[in-house]
Amino acid sequence: MPSPYDTLIRTPNPYQPRSARIVRITPLVKDNVLFQFRFEDEEFSREFSYKPGQFVELSIFGVGECPISISSSPTRKGFLELCVRRAGRVTNALYQLKENDLVGIRGPYGNGFPVAAMENKNLLLIAGGLGMAPIRSLLNYALDNRSDFHDVILMYGARDPGEVLFRNELETIRHRDDIKCLLTVDEASSEWDGYTGVVTELFKEVKLDAAATYAAVCGPPIVYKFVLKELLAQGFSKNHILMSLERKMKCGVGKCGHCSIGYKYTCIDGPIFTYWDAMNLRELI
Amino acid sequence: MKVLTLSKKNATPFFEALKSFGKTYGPVEKGEKAYSFQPVESFSQLALDYKRTILPLKKFFYKPCQPVFHFNKDSGYQPAEEDLEEKIVLFGVHPCDINALNILDLVNSGPYVDNYYFVKRQNNLIIGISCMPDELCFCRSMSTDFAETGFDLFLSDIGDSYVVRVGTGIGDDMVNAVPDLFSPIDEESSRAYKDSSNERSAMFQRYIELSDLPEIMDLEFHSELWEKLGERCLACGSCSMICPTCNCYNIIDKLNLDQKTGERIRQWDSCLFKDFAEVSGGHNFRSKRASRVQQRYLHKQQGFVEQYGRPSCVGCGRCTMVCPAKIDIVEILHTIRGERNHRRRKSDRRR
Repeated sequence: MPSPYDTLIRTPNPYQPRSARIVRITPLVKDNVLFQFRFEDEEFSREFSYKPGQFVELSIFGVGECPISISSSPTRKGFLELCVRRAGRVTNALYQLKENDLVGIRGPYGNGFPVAAMENKNLLLIAGGLGMAPIRSLLNYALDNRSDFHDVILMYGARDPGEVLFRNELETIRHRDDIKCLLTVDEASSEWDGYTGVVTELFKEVKLDAAATYAAVCGPPIVYKFVLKELLAQGFSKNHILMSLERKMKCGVGKCGHCSIGYKYTCIDGPIFTYWDAMNLRELI
Repeated sequence: MKVLTLSKKNATPFFEALKSFGKTYGPVEKGEKAYSFQPVESFSQLALDYKRTILPLKKFFYKPCQPVFHFNKDSGYQPAEEDLEEKIVLFGVHPCDINALNILDLVNSGPYVDNYYFVKRQNNLIIGISCMPDELCFCRSMSTDFAETGFDLFLSDIGDSYVVRVGTGIGDDMVNAVPDLFSPIDEESSRAYKDSSNERSAMFQRYIELSDLPEIMDLEFHSELWEKLGERCLACGSCSMICPTCNCYNIIDKLNLDQKTGERIRQWDSCLFKDFAEVSGGHNFRSKRASRVQQRYLHKQQGFVEQYGRPSCVGCGRCTMVCPAKIDIVEILHTIRGERNHRRRKSDRRR
């Protein structure tokens, strides 16, 4: 018998989680793990598409739901990767799960990075700490569509070498000559051969044509504070500075009100905001 | 619009005829001077001279606590389908509450449709009724003292009878179920309607100037008013619960004792609650009460205007009625608009 939802409403239920299986668990750094998922429904899995910068709502059976930004690139189909920090109830429960266990996932949500507008421009990707999680999606997207973009520069700062996310991947990327991959740590160890110092120090290492560049920034508040200042000093238009922001979210679809700021909902109008948006939404950063 | 009259002596048989359209709810007295929409069996039970009910109509479409999914460890998440088919008739709804539902319709539609809300809205008929404002009503300022859409029938009291506006095809069906009870509108009724409308206009005691309120709220973003308001507000959330357009919700998963099955529940939430904007890891984007009260005012009177072209407040007066700290929204908005004027008026009085 058809459900009244189907006969009366005829639009998909935006809150419906889809069963997904944990395919691989890769510990990255302390309390940060990369989970790879595959949807149980093969057709849905094939058709599942998203933009770098979007997020999903992850359900752990019997515990709850929380928003997690997508770390994989839509150019690599068939799976979904979430870099999850053990922080709250749901993520703690996820850490108890093993490969082959089931979770619920719905999405993708949010606006994502405006990748079409960013084509034929230089990309300056700036990540601090865990901010690398959503930036990795954009980084791999740019690498897989390399001819769509001009220069690609990554600046990534972490506290110490043990806190660098995706270090193995980034080591490989560092040796490519079609991307400038600059890694820095606040406190270096003897084995560290990247830079030492805060992420803004890396601006000395590159020549930027601000008018032809999009900057994508993600990190803790301290990163925004100094990076935004530097980008403005470099002559970036506020509309070319993109930030991925965090808020409490429940529904992910602009209804529950938790992520509301002014007239924007972080979940549907964000989580990617331009610096211009941020200045007009006073509480945003 | 089709307009008819219904003599008050025909109201009882008309009410009986409505029963074939669904379970009928209407305003009844509950406690002392308090009213509530409850199931009603006969017309005489209705307290049609009520001013406002405790809870607004959102309780029918978006329950205080409602399962949205039943989950099972093996089969996943199944949408909850409890009492979806029930057809209900809401009799005696005021224009502010009708307009509030029109606003909730906007919020629940858009790129993502909340089907839990709309499946219940589809099974619902609304018969509005005219009202006279009391000392808390400021719906006239909010342009919600009159309902242009959002009702199937609207009854305006003109003394011995009602002027009946027919808003929808189903409204017409309700009339046609008992056509003999209705008469075409005549000159006398039309005059009585206008007299009553003028009388009502003169009765509004409270007024808010809306035209540039969003800009003024922007200018007053750093006003010390918010700090003071934060000190008065108890952050109890009562104003959100009884607000006809507040629709923020929380989602909670409840696991049954079998550890295999459970429910995903959504329940009313309030932006005034301390953990409303707190993310895991402990950072709270609105840890100060002042910032939470400010959010409530900004979202209703400014953010919503930018998003939908009008405030989400309908001027029903419920928040002023229930606030244990006696915070009065009209007074707050007057203060925001011009502290000096407001103060001068008080000092005038002292003189």
